[in-house]
Amino acid sequence: MNSGTIFDIKKFAIHDGPGLRTTVFLKGCPLGCWLCHNPESQKFEPELMLRESRCDLCGDCIDVCAPIAISKNGTAVRIDRARCDLCGACADVCLSGAIEIVGREVSVEDVLEEIEKDTIYYDESGGGVTFSGGEPLHQPEFLIGLLDGCKARGIRTAVDTSGNIAPNIFRRVAKRVDIFLFDLKVMDDHRHTEFTGQSNRSIHENLRWLAENDGHAIVRFPLHPGINDDAENVSAMGTFLSELPSKYPVDILPYHRIGVEKYGRLDREHKLPALEPPARELIVEVVRQLEVYELDVTVRGERP
Amino acid sequence: MSLSDRVKKLRKLSLGAQPSVSSERAELITEFYEQDHGTLSAPMRRALAFKHILENKEIFIEEGELIVGERGPAPKATPTYPEVCCHSLQDLEILDSREKVSFSVDDRTRTLFERRMIPFWKNRSLRDVIMSEMTEEWKAAYEAGIFTEFMEQRAPGHTVLDDKIYPKGLGNFKEDINARIEALDWLNDPEAYAKEQQLKAMKVAAQALSRYAERHAEKIRDLAHKTRDPERKAELERMVDICTHVPLHPPRDFWEALQHYWFVHLGVITELNTWDAFNPGHLDRHLYPFYKKGLDDGTLTEERARELLQCFWIKFNNQPAPPKVGVTAEESNTYTDFAQINTGGINEDGTDAVNDVTYLMLDVIEEMRLVQPSSSVQLSKMNPDRFLKRAGRIIKTGFGQPSIFNADLIVQELVRQGKSVEDARNGGSSGCVEVGAFGKENYNLTGYFNMPKVLEITLNNGIDPRTGKRIGIETGDPRAFDRFEEFFEAYKKQLRHFVDIKMRGNNVIERLWATYIPTPFLSLLIDDCIANGKDYHDGGARYNTSYVQGVGLGTITDAMTAIKHHVFEEKSVTMTELLEALMNDFEGHDRLKKLLLNRTPKYGNDDDCADSVMQEIFEAYFETIDGRPNTRGGKYHVNLLPTTCHIYFGSVCGASADGRKASEPLSEGISPVQGADRNGPTAVLKSASKMDHARTGGTLLNQKLTPSLMDGEEGLEKFVHLVRSYFKLDGHHIQFNVIDAATLRAAQAEPDKHRDLIVRVAGYSDYFCDLGKALQDEIIARTEHTSF
Repeated sequence: MNSGTIFDIKKFAIHDGPGLRTTVFLKGCPLGCWLCHNPESQKFEPELMLRESRCDLCGDCIDVCAPIAISKNGTAVRIDRARCDLCGACADVCLSGAIEIVGREVSVEDVLEEIEKDTIYYDESGGGVTFSGGEPLHQPEFLIGLLDGCKARGIRTAVDTSGNIAPNIFRRVAKRVDIFLFDLKVMDDHRHTEFTGQSNRSIHENLRWLAENDGHAIVRFPLHPGINDDAENVSAMGTFLSELPSKYPVDILPYHRIGVEKYGRLDREHKLPALEPPARELIVEVVRQLEVYELDVTVRGERP
Repeated sequence: MSLSDRVKKLRKLSLGAQPSVSSERAELITEFYEQDHGTLSAPMRRALAFKHILENKEIFIEEGELIVGERGPAPKATPTYPEVCCHSLQDLEILDSREKVSFSVDDRTRTLFERRMIPFWKNRSLRDVIMSEMTEEWKAAYEAGIFTEFMEQRAPGHTVLDDKIYPKGLGNFKEDINARIEALDWLNDPEAYAKEQQLKAMKVAAQALSRYAERHAEKIRDLAHKTRDPERKAELERMVDICTHVPLHPPRDFWEALQHYWFVHLGVITELNTWDAFNPGHLDRHLYPFYKKGLDDGTLTEERARELLQCFWIKFNNQPAPPKVGVTAEESNTYTDFAQINTGGINEDGTDAVNDVTYLMLDVIEEMRLVQPSSSVQLSKMNPDRFLKRAGRIIKTGFGQPSIFNADLIVQELVRQGKSVEDARNGGSSGCVEVGAFGKENYNLTGYFNMPKVLEITLNNGIDPRTGKRIGIETGDPRAFDRFEEFFEAYKKQLRHFVDIKMRGNNVIERLWATYIPTPFLSLLIDDCIANGKDYHDGGARYNTSYVQGVGLGTITDAMTAIKHHVFEEKSVTMTELLEALMNDFEGHDRLKKLLLNRTPKYGNDDDCADSVMQEIFEAYFETIDGRPNTRGGKYHVNLLPTTCHIYFGSVCGASADGRKASEPLSEGISPVQGADRNGPTAVLKSASKMDHARTGGTLLNQKLTPSLMDGEEGLEKFVHLVRSYFKLDGHHIQFNVIDAATLRAAQAEPDKHRDLIVRVAGYSDYFCDLGKALQDEIIARTEHTSF
């Protein structure tokens, strides 16, 4: 397959692996993490997103909506998502950019062309491209096409993964990846299932396989207060990682609230809208706990 | 690192001094010109006028200072230059009362101007002569805001010094002049007499400055007698020695080198109000031998060198840009006088020029946090990353300095213009971003050129819609064009028309300066004025460039792209609709405005649709200007920088096809339209690099970054990669505003609490609170590149 669904390409990504990078976001993820900061990445299908702050209530979208799914409700536009057939006519006429269809089908070639534009920055900085998501491994043929295309162009690659994928697919992809940004969220399988909707067994198996086969990775630990910041989870993670044959550095990504507002744009509920980012003391404490296992720990890529 | 008590006190005094208009120079120059000089040659008259000022002006010595000399009778007491342009009473009133960048004017000065200066200089000041010599079409274009003219109220002294004054004192220069006079060929050279007059005038000017230094020595000797503090007494006695020695003789140590330069600097900025302020150029290179010698023989410590540099910095901050009159008061309104001290770069032999003094100077820049002097990093591929990281740490503090230049590209630019490789490597950037061969070139900036206004006039077939006057030529009704190429041809014709008007005016103005106001002191300092026996204003320099600075590249690119894309290619808008919407400032045309703003390829996103239009616009500008002859034996070249002129130029432009409303500012430098760049800095730099910077004499690119992007060592590494990449792409210059919008809004609301806040505006630094509201708003609005 030479095409797939992405929802964004970000240039000058400086927190997604070494050097200056371009990050390609592939759409769709098998997990349903409570605190996902990219809710628009979760569904595999395109979605309608409405940014109210940009809407000037011109009403053009209402005029073109064949299934009559859009209405004006006083000071805001409302979308009846049950009626919406995602035809995209509203987004086409929305000149203020308030309505957007998130997710577009693109060819491997088109993505590579965009990636290649910043080659000079990758070369200068030891950077490259990062495939993120969603879960990029859930579009394996598309991803492999992209990875092979990058290799042919001398561009280094990183894959930002949840690790939740069938091991045979993981192994096919892994051979083509320069470095993984591998998420570990919750170590206890029961709690992992509760928090993400999926078991973590394949995640652990894939990471173990990678370590046994000398694959490169940075483990990313999204730190969510009250969910995975407890000593039990942190020490389980420390134990798991310290027992792997490859010693992977751990980068802690403290929870931030930037994604909360996005849920509203998709008419979805954020499970914990009031949750505050972890306090600095808590982050320092988690770092300390992980360092007990002789792990190389950073916070957002920086030494704490 | 911390400031000594002495420096703290001097810095506080400098920051606290209220700029004022000083009548001292105006009185002295008027007194001189009031006498009849009917038999004096123009250079000799100027030299004697210079001598008269320096012999009679007040000498000011601040308690505790180590480097002495003020242009006015006190710090920030700013002289005027009535022989160039005489302030009217209304000008004085505005200067005194305006909210930003004010200069206090006392009653005595007001009365003096009313009774003496204004009547005497009417029709005598060069500005009056210039205005009377300009054609009607020039005046119409000038008033419409097509271009500005730099030399109508400031002298064309755009140059920077090289290393020549460090091994030589003014006494040595006099010897050179005598030898040159001796060698005049009275039988075969018809200009021998003119040359002799010029050379003699230079000698008078050299003597005048040496005497001026002696007057400082005398005053300091008095102070030394009076002081009871033995430490200060010893210091003052040493300063008497210094001021007796330099600038007549070459400096013997680090301290003397700084004082030596400062006297020369005062000479240049007292003789005339040169655009842009003269400066020592590669100061780290010039000082290094003195620094090393001092450390080696134990006469200097790093701490002392640092303190002397700090004192030197304060001298610059004490000299605000001379207050302007008329239209330029709107276009560039600042205390900053563009003295841009260079650090780093490459030596004459092409090797890495970063040395210990470079790092010391960067420390001083960070510690002093002064708007003046401005500072730049000349970054070569030869220079270590440590150098750029050191600069990055300063930039990160939100100070806006230093700006960063591509030293290797500057050499290419200068060599393309015909300089030798050695002269090019000894050159650098000055003012905002413009390049020159330091110590060897007269590179005038002739004025800003409003590219979007030319497009507006093309869209109106030669008429300026703001006034209804026909100021351009008839290039055809745009509704009649079938293809974009035809429209673009019409633009090019209109462009040529206005460039010709500007050049004709400028060629006259250059002659007026050469004829009426030669500059013997500056001529002394710039090769090859002595060898040629010719004035700096008259083609005496080794290289003679005239620049025309294009403004509004982003705006015109996006407007032209919108016309190409919507009217000619997609046919989603008719030319008639577009013209009507522009005429009505988009009132009742919301849809069209949104279409233009949000559904049009924009420059700054690494999108070839828009970037190729930018290239066409650049090529048209370049072809129309580059290589045409000026009157000094040199050529016209282009650069792209606005200072703050994009605000003034925006105010005279109606709505534009990029969705910009009438009177709003244009884009600045080669930066994208404010907010049009949506893909982050790498895309902006890619877009900007599609212009062939090597064929310019400087381009200005502003990037605003939030401080978090430069967090920690890793953030700094990424900053280094970004800059190095842009320079690999042959970008000329980049500067960073590292500040968050919340702080700026707070500063807007409560300026008194944020007086120390410095931001970068188009090539130089300024205090944020001194900027006009439009500029403040624009800085806040400029896309903040964050990466989540």
